[in-house]
Amino acid sequence: MHELSIAMRVVDLAAARCRDAGGDAVTAVTVRVGRLAAVHGGALAAAFEMAREGTPLAAATLRVVDVPVRVWCPQCRVEADLTDVVPLACPACGRPTGDLRAGHELEVESIEVVGSRGGTVEAGR
Amino acid sequence: MSEPRILEVRTSILKRNDEIAREMREEFRRAGMVVVNLVSSPGSGKTRLLHETLVRLRRAGRSVAAIVGDVETDHDARRLAASGAPVRQIMTHGLCHLEADMVRRELQAWPPQHVDCLFIENVGNLVCPTSWDLGESLRVALLSVAEGEDKPLKYPGLFNTADVAVITKTDLAEACDFDRAAALDALAAVRPGMTVLETSAKSGAGLDAWITFLEARRP
Repeated sequence: MHELSIAMRVVDLAAARCRDAGGDAVTAVTVRVGRLAAVHGGALAAAFEMAREGTPLAAATLRVVDVPVRVWCPQCRVEADLTDVVPLACPACGRPTGDLRAGHELEVESIEVVGSRGGTVEAGR
Repeated sequence: MSEPRILEVRTSILKRNDEIAREMREEFRRAGMVVVNLVSSPGSGKTRLLHETLVRLRRAGRSVAAIVGDVETDHDARRLAASGAPVRQIMTHGLCHLEADMVRRELQAWPPQHVDCLFIENVGNLVCPTSWDLGESLRVALLSVAEGEDKPLKYPGLFNTADVAVITKTDLAEACDFDRAAALDALAAVRPGMTVLETSAKSGAGLDAWITFLEARRP
């Protein structure tokens, strides 16, 4: 159950970004979780409810975007998403490939903030 | 109240851990150290293999040290200290994995002398250690012959992040009806082309190849 560690970092990151942008509160957070990241979306949502208490995210909702495993096949010269996590093989030709282009993501994609000092939306990094 | 604004963040959730790990990896590299992160399920033989590894590397004149993580007890540190190598125990008190700053705290003013090879025995867990970079130069996933050939398929994330797999307890293979081909297939399915070593810390089988493999990683 490492989702609580993850959720606390999500809250810290989002709160810092909100503060930097002059916001008062975060109303929504979108995170991207790769299917190989070994993080369970439901457990993360439950942990998030605990982690957000007493922070600018206290009323925030969490949206978890499930990122499929994407491989590069050097034979077919194509990137393809896998329906299942394993085997790591090209869905077209079936050859094994360990060249991952996605699937380990664990990132905060965006946040939605409200605040009286708004109007200074800067581009993300 | 102003309208809600969407701010792009696009930042790794584990950014802080990744930064610490990156700094440590650079320090390890400058110091000429090989740092090995051992991950596996509980009971797959990490401590026993590590003990034999410490003994053999010390015998070969290498300076070695180990950090071992467990939820509770310092039993593993005591077992490993019998090798003569300096050992530190991290008790996580509930946390299911080691994090980079936990390792860095242990390394402040320790080990007592230069080490060629530092081993970090992670908390026995095939899920949670996956995403936590500890600054290691080598992540080694263990799979014992007693725990089922399809373990890698059940826990693909962790096995996919490993640089090498070590099949352990091969002395028990026959008693466990271990299907070696199925285990190799499972590893290849989650990490095609992965190096696989086969060892028995009890009989000593495969340990020479494992030690040779480690020695070859030294800068």
